[in-house]
Amino acid sequence: MAEKLLSVQDLRTYFSTEEGIVRAVDGISFDLEPGERRGVVGESGSGKSVTAMSVMGLIEPPAGEIVTGTIEFKGDNLLSLGEDEMQAVRGGKIAMIFQDPMTALNPVYTVGDQLMETIMLHQNVSKAEARTIAAKALEDVQIPDPVSKLEEYPHQFSGGMRQRVMIAMGLSCNPDLLIADEPTTALDVTTQAQIMDLMLKLAAERGTAVLLITHDLGVVAGFCDTVQVMYAGGIVESGTADDIFHNPQHPYTWGLLGSMTRLDEAQQVRLHSIAGAPPSVIDLPVGCRFKSRCEFAVEICDRVLPALRESGSPGQVAACHRANELDLKALSVRTPAKTDEVAS
Amino acid sequence: MSDTVERVEPDASQLPDDVLMRVNHLVKEFPISKGVFFKKQVGAVQAVSDISFEIRQGETLGLVGESGCGKSTTARTILRLLEPTAGDVFFRSKEHGVVNVATAERSKLRDVREEIQIVFQDPYASLNPRMTVASIIAEPLTVHDEGSKQERLDRVKELLKIVGLQPEHANRYPHEFSGGQRQRIGIARALALRPTFMVLDEPVSALDVSIQAQVLNLLDDLQNEFGLTYLFIAHDLSVVRHISNRVAVMYLGKMVELADRETLYDRPMHPYTHALLSAVPIPDPTIELNRERILLEGDIPHPSNPPSGCRFNTRCPIAKEGLCDVEEPEFHEIEPDHWIACHFPEIKHVV
Repeated sequence: MAEKLLSVQDLRTYFSTEEGIVRAVDGISFDLEPGERRGVVGESGSGKSVTAMSVMGLIEPPAGEIVTGTIEFKGDNLLSLGEDEMQAVRGGKIAMIFQDPMTALNPVYTVGDQLMETIMLHQNVSKAEARTIAAKALEDVQIPDPVSKLEEYPHQFSGGMRQRVMIAMGLSCNPDLLIADEPTTALDVTTQAQIMDLMLKLAAERGTAVLLITHDLGVVAGFCDTVQVMYAGGIVESGTADDIFHNPQHPYTWGLLGSMTRLDEAQQVRLHSIAGAPPSVIDLPVGCRFKSRCEFAVEICDRVLPALRESGSPGQVAACHRANELDLKALSVRTPAKTDEVAS
Repeated sequence: MSDTVERVEPDASQLPDDVLMRVNHLVKEFPISKGVFFKKQVGAVQAVSDISFEIRQGETLGLVGESGCGKSTTARTILRLLEPTAGDVFFRSKEHGVVNVATAERSKLRDVREEIQIVFQDPYASLNPRMTVASIIAEPLTVHDEGSKQERLDRVKELLKIVGLQPEHANRYPHEFSGGQRQRIGIARALALRPTFMVLDEPVSALDVSIQAQVLNLLDDLQNEFGLTYLFIAHDLSVVRHISNRVAVMYLGKMVELADRETLYDRPMHPYTHALLSAVPIPDPTIELNRERILLEGDIPHPSNPPSGCRFNTRCPIAKEGLCDVEEPEFHEIEPDHWIACHFPEIKHVV
């Protein structure tokens, strides 16, 4: 196995609120190899964004706190670094792109100023050199006329162009890891295709590892090598993208794939419906967190929280007591729709 | 511009039996004004620019397009939540015959609205947080003065059961419900007056995938049970494929293609439809690896200053200079039930 770029072990990130302790991320472990593109998928509140924020060192006490765990990046435990050292990692070796590029950019500074600030903070270059690097960064993300665009303000850019600026900023210091938190969720589908295409090209060219956080399994399918599925603060399944999509081992992954509408599905089907809603992360149930919505739950699921164990292909793991025994692939998730001929 | 539009004389009797609503040359402009004390109109955003289509009895017509294409404005204008700038909207009412919603008087409009309802995208913004679920769902009944207090309460409980909630939920407030449950409440409110036609404006866009499936299945069931007709507005083309019988694609205030579901997804002919369909990711790594994407150049132009000729010509991979940027293509029926506005229509398999 290659050397690890990032290794997260037993990470728990909790937030205190008036209603109680929110266990947003509750004991997750995963590794990332150099150049690996990993998708972190899950529904709202599953803990995927908090995972990203924890790695970036953006959890602010006292509201939020990393209670236990280690986050090793190239051998250093990020959690033991001081703020200055972390500052050097953040933006330099690990960069992040956010969902909403309008709020991530400062409206009163030009795009050039903001790009140059990042570059001068992490690289020992003069202002003129930083300007050249900034223009090159805009050119790399296919922004036409990059030199004059440096003088423009964020509001003069469209949503897609702003996200390109964010990518340019993120990649300007050649980071080893890029964390993209729902980078295309606020964009239209044709713009999304442009941005994902660009990110894939740049990451592959430079060998940048990417942690892509998204709720959209379709985006993951076209971009990621590996996938981890999160549910109620934990990882319920992880493996290669092929294994996760073609041979899911956890009933949640299986149900999620079955509940998606698909562009290439000609036959009218009844969508699989996962009953109920995820549990509150303030008041997590004992045992498996998915049990109340799981059609395969048995007695042990009520008592014991299942750990990740190998199931399916080598390297594929699922947190389900019955993963090895259930043959989810053989079970048809979707049924043909009862009536299709509504209109003539 | 709209001044070239020929006005077809409204003739109600022409509405064929299988058509529930006909939209004729609908235009909706929003004025752009300047000045603080003396506001002067300096321009107009053409949100909906002369579109015509029909909605058939019992069908689901999907209306898709990207942000700013005018799909939501179309929905609001045909319900006359927005006043149309021009055009007609003929609706076949069960009780009042064919009514032109675009020109009807207020009292008539109010009667017809019992049969037309809307469900909004954001289940957090569309329910009043200070009203109980019972009063939210009963509000249409109260406004239209239907039944006694007890009858209304019974109907509320019945509606809650229909949309998959508990009758005991009637006395709770919206904040006690999740996003999916709130959307069910919005649907129950829309069903209260037993409408025949429902406009669903991005009803599942704000919901998580597993909850989306629950609501889509519910909408399916309701349509079968009550024989409803849906106008389903969405930006997600896979959701639209799942739920619609026919699909219309809009771009910058214009309808560019309209066909039945199979035709639109299997044999689309407009270059914008091609690009749109090829951009939608499919949750399967093997398929995604081998798919060819048609990436469009640039961004959507602003509707206050749309390009001349075909509105798509500035981004179209097959546009011909001297034709597409000069002459607007007519929205015409290229084969039975397949409408398109393009000078160079061509079948392309992109899904």
